[in-house]
Amino acid sequence: MIINHPILGPRDSQEFVYLGAAEMMNRPDGMSAGIEEFHEWLYHRDNPAGEHRELWYHEQGDRSWLVVTRNTLTHEISRVELARDVAKAMGRSK
Amino acid sequence: MADTLHALTALGQAAPQTRVIGPYRIEERFDVALASVASRRGREAEVASAAAAAGIPLPGPARFTAGPLYAGFWVAPEMWFVEAPFASHEDIVAVVKPIFGEAASITEQTDAWVRFDVLGTNLAALVEKLCNVDFARAADGYATRTVIEHMGCYLIRHTSGALTIYGGRSSAQSLLHALEVTAASLL
Amino acid sequence: MSQSNRISGGQIDRSKTLSFRFDGKSYQGHAGDTLASALLANGVRLMGRSFKYHRPRGPLSAGSEEPNALVHLRSGARQEPNTRATVAELFDGLEARSQNAWPSLKFDALAINDRLNTFLTAGFYYKTFMWPAAFWEKLYEPIIRKAAGLGALTRQEDPDSYDKGFLHCDLLIIGAGPAGLSAALTAGRAGAQVILADEDFRMGGRLKAETLEVGGQAGADWAAAQVLELAAMPNVRLMPRTTIIGAFDHGIYGAVERVSDHLAVPMKGKVRQTLWRIYSRRAVLAGGATERPIAFENNDRPGVMLAGALRAYANRWGVAVGRKVAVFTNNDDGLRTASDLRAKGLEVRVIDARKGEEVIDTSGRLGLKSVTIRSNGKVETIACDALGVSGGWNPNVNITSHHRSRPVWEEAIAAFVPGEDGPVGLTAAGAAAGALSTHGALATGQAQAIAALADLGIAAKADALPQAEDAPVAISPKWYVAGGKGRAWIDQQNDVTLKDVKLAQQENFTSVEHLKRYTTLGMATDQGKTGNVLGLAVMAGLTGKTIPETGTTIYRPPYTPVAMGTLAGRSRGKEFKPFRLTPSHKWAEEQGAVFVEVGMWLRSQWLPKAGETHWRESVDREVLATRKSVGICDVTTLGKIDIQGTDAAAFLDKVYANNFASLAVGKCRYGLMLREDGMVYDDGTTARLGENEYVMTTTTANAVLVFRNLEYARQVLWPDMDVQLISTTEAWAQFSVAGPNARKLLEKVVDQDISDAAFPYMGAGAITVGGIRGRLFRISFSGELAYEIAVPTRYGDALVRKLMEAGREFDAIVYGTEALGVMRVEKGHVAGNELNGQSSALNMGLGKMVSKKKDSIGMVLSQREALLDPNGYRLVGVKPVHKDGKLTAGSHFLAIGAAPVIENDGGWLTSKVYSPHLGCDIALGYLKAGDQKIGTQMRAVNLLAKPVQETLVEIVSPHFFDPEGERLRG
Repeated sequence: MIINHPILGPRDSQEFVYLGAAEMMNRPDGMSAGIEEFHEWLYHRDNPAGEHRELWYHEQGDRSWLVVTRNTLTHEISRVELARDVAKAMGRSK
Repeated sequence: MADTLHALTALGQAAPQTRVIGPYRIEERFDVALASVASRRGREAEVASAAAAAGIPLPGPARFTAGPLYAGFWVAPEMWFVEAPFASHEDIVAVVKPIFGEAASITEQTDAWVRFDVLGTNLAALVEKLCNVDFARAADGYATRTVIEHMGCYLIRHTSGALTIYGGRSSAQSLLHALEVTAASLL
Repeated sequence: MSQSNRISGGQIDRSKTLSFRFDGKSYQGHAGDTLASALLANGVRLMGRSFKYHRPRGPLSAGSEEPNALVHLRSGARQEPNTRATVAELFDGLEARSQNAWPSLKFDALAINDRLNTFLTAGFYYKTFMWPAAFWEKLYEPIIRKAAGLGALTRQEDPDSYDKGFLHCDLLIIGAGPAGLSAALTAGRAGAQVILADEDFRMGGRLKAETLEVGGQAGADWAAAQVLELAAMPNVRLMPRTTIIGAFDHGIYGAVERVSDHLAVPMKGKVRQTLWRIYSRRAVLAGGATERPIAFENNDRPGVMLAGALRAYANRWGVAVGRKVAVFTNNDDGLRTASDLRAKGLEVRVIDARKGEEVIDTSGRLGLKSVTIRSNGKVETIACDALGVSGGWNPNVNITSHHRSRPVWEEAIAAFVPGEDGPVGLTAAGAAAGALSTHGALATGQAQAIAALADLGIAAKADALPQAEDAPVAISPKWYVAGGKGRAWIDQQNDVTLKDVKLAQQENFTSVEHLKRYTTLGMATDQGKTGNVLGLAVMAGLTGKTIPETGTTIYRPPYTPVAMGTLAGRSRGKEFKPFRLTPSHKWAEEQGAVFVEVGMWLRSQWLPKAGETHWRESVDREVLATRKSVGICDVTTLGKIDIQGTDAAAFLDKVYANNFASLAVGKCRYGLMLREDGMVYDDGTTARLGENEYVMTTTTANAVLVFRNLEYARQVLWPDMDVQLISTTEAWAQFSVAGPNARKLLEKVVDQDISDAAFPYMGAGAITVGGIRGRLFRISFSGELAYEIAVPTRYGDALVRKLMEAGREFDAIVYGTEALGVMRVEKGHVAGNELNGQSSALNMGLGKMVSKKKDSIGMVLSQREALLDPNGYRLVGVKPVHKDGKLTAGSHFLAIGAAPVIENDGGWLTSKVYSPHLGCDIALGYLKAGDQKIGTQMRAVNLLAKPVQETLVEIVSPHFFDPEGERLRG
């Protein structure tokens, strides 16, 4: 597959490491959330046949974590964003 | 004080090695000091102006730029590798850190890498057997991370006849072997 | 009988005569021949025996679709099985042998299978060899495998080398027939970066095999002229002898280039084949079409061939397969074979199915002698030595199916054409798209190139096309001749007959996917290129459905078989992976060190001294010498990560389970890293070198993973943290110096004061060694007074020599990873075997390290009820009760008297070493409620040993050695 890196342009997916669903970015705060909330976050995720937002790491590249929107049926990649930008837009900070 | 220590190159020799294989010349470089320069959060503008004042090029993504003393290439968002002559910059961090002060994180990288300069006509034929870089269509000054025989490397195109590869120092011999075998297969 | 069947014409170089051998007999051919064309020129039609029935077979085709003419090519270690004689390029000295025949091709003992055909129908394995079950593996399968099959492996190492490469283009054109050439000229003239790949050694596709004219020239000459024009374009890369084997995602194609297969031996330094990964922005499939046979009784005899192949041998190679020829066709293209062969002076009888004529049988055991024809009720037998059969042409849709697109039935040409939902960016042109005339190929090739480039914003011109034939496809489908005994072959490679398809239908295996698995239709090396459509058309007929209703199986990569060596490339043997060498490697080599592979690293495992004959002697000595005086170990392989930034301290508090914010400048601390599920995954020490500057160490194995996770934490979880990361693993050569005399040794080497007061336990800071910048950390893995000293890597070799020289008066030694392991087990430190991904800090006896006063990765879920079970696993030490008792890692704990069943399992031994200090085996282990069982006795049982190993053991603290840590603070 080819991932259109927001900074570097098209790069072979062989340069990347796959992590999983981008929902994982929504990590609860350990000082306020309890075990149930963490459990739900860590273990319960959708497995869609179709569009899926997922985390890829450009390990053999610029080390950016990316959020890639990929159709799991066709492998069509419709959107690629820097995970940091997405995280900040979600309200994550320090 | 005890006696001083004597250095070995990444290939384990007292002096850098050169290999000539047909039209290709592979030179181990031992005379370049290297440091990473990473901008601290929110201080990107300070870093850019300090670099400009000191003549340290910090080019945009996938680019290499050489200046009179320093050269630099982009490695990651807000991070560059800066090259300088080893003779004058053996302790490159001590030289570069005052330029940026607390605006940037500076880390010595000189000995983390082996550097090979490869010279010759038709380097594109060599590169297409080594890694996934479209060398023929890349512009001069293109710099990218890539993989050669499982080894993560930086590849810089200076001209169609000159390139630099930085590879992990510990696998210097394996990297040279890959370059040699590939060059020999093209004769 | 030298080239008795060679006739005039053809694109062979008659001035170059090549000698070759087939089954031990010498023949001659010419440059430009394939092995098949050269054998046919010499009157050899019989080239192999069939898969199941051992029927005598000759080539069916003149191309890569060949099911029958598979040979062992070359000899010795270079022998390659299942090579298609129809595409093997002839070279001087070529040697080939037939396959699947014993004792000889002409008399094959297993041809008895052919007489037993009644029993050997589809599904016979499943029905016959069902009982008893154990017989399948031990008796039936080996016999069947020996009897049925293809070529044999040499079991010798392949002497050739292979490599890989990466190519990039705007437009990849697959196939260099009229459509591909037309597309390439269009795109090349427009300035696009073009790759034109063709599996043949000469470009031109079908034009090489035809007498058709293009632009007033012979087709083959026109093709050669276009290839010359393309070769002169710097933006066009011509890749003959290159098969596109598969379409992968987003315009990536796999290609195999046969660099040296046309030579007896590759030239020095050259590879045999190259596996290319082609990155295309657009691609045009111009792969042509494959003719299909018609099934009739005994249609598999040597000499029975596809009509187009018969004509190809005559036109391209100047070979008359037979002098008296019959052509059985259901379409006009078959008539073209007849007229071409007549023009060559051969006698041809046409049997046109559209006129009610059909071939009902053939004769000739080792080669065709006659055919029996039924013509409107009249039966006659005519003598002939070649029969061309044409059932129509199937577009080569294979690659369009690689992403699961299903081909669609096109009634006008009675064939499947590419479906709409093929690989993105790939379009088909020419015969592959169902445009079966030469004009159609030229026109669609040009049109698809223009369309593809328009997508890329490259304007291409539609130059006037040369004049070429544009005959309509005149076909009246006929799939099989009814009324025979059913010994009519559909898939010749797998010996699938009409009868087998009927049987599948009777037994209700009517879906195409079931038909394939039940009969093996379309399997093996040719993947049904000639038989598939015929088979499913027969099934459609038997079930009374249309072909579109019956459907078709689809194709997977590779398009044609690929040698394993090509896929491996250079990654084999010693070059399977690169090596990483430590800074002391050269010195260690001089000492005769034994190296161990740790990931890609080569580390000293132990360093034998003269007279030591067993590894344990060396390891015991290294341990004892270290504990007695001082030992040195290269620990450069541990991951080192430079962490800087104003939030670096807060960042470390997030990624480590224990507290780091309180770490003072100039000190280091042991840290524990958890996964979010609460399990420990890595550990190491981190030193604070400045207010905003740290250096973290990781285990050797997890250096890359930890770095990745740190990047994740700083980019994704806490994106506003001011933290910068860079690996410095290779920038510093780092040595552990451990033992009671460690400080005394280092005092001789380090320029600064490193007394206990100046450099206390867990201190860290900058030093110099003979003026060279360095770092010193007072940390210990061995439990001894120990330091780690680092200098820039270029000085690592000099430093180990200097340390050894300075250590001479202390009898300093260098120890390897085995001694390191012994000392860490003696101290009860966890390592890889304990960091097994399913153990928490509490399991390791480190539960108190997990701070609940801050949010760190894994903290919350490490507090789950089950993980806090007071009777859960705890790390314990294990000693044999009797000093000579042997321990084995992996043994399980059982209470005394308990039966070895899972309910009684108490846990297991994780790491075992021989402790020279205690003079016995010792081990670490995870034991249920282990902390409550210290001082008790249990059994360590290894059920895998024969006989079962049982050792009475005492459960002890994991800190076997200096439990109070007095030595390391010394």
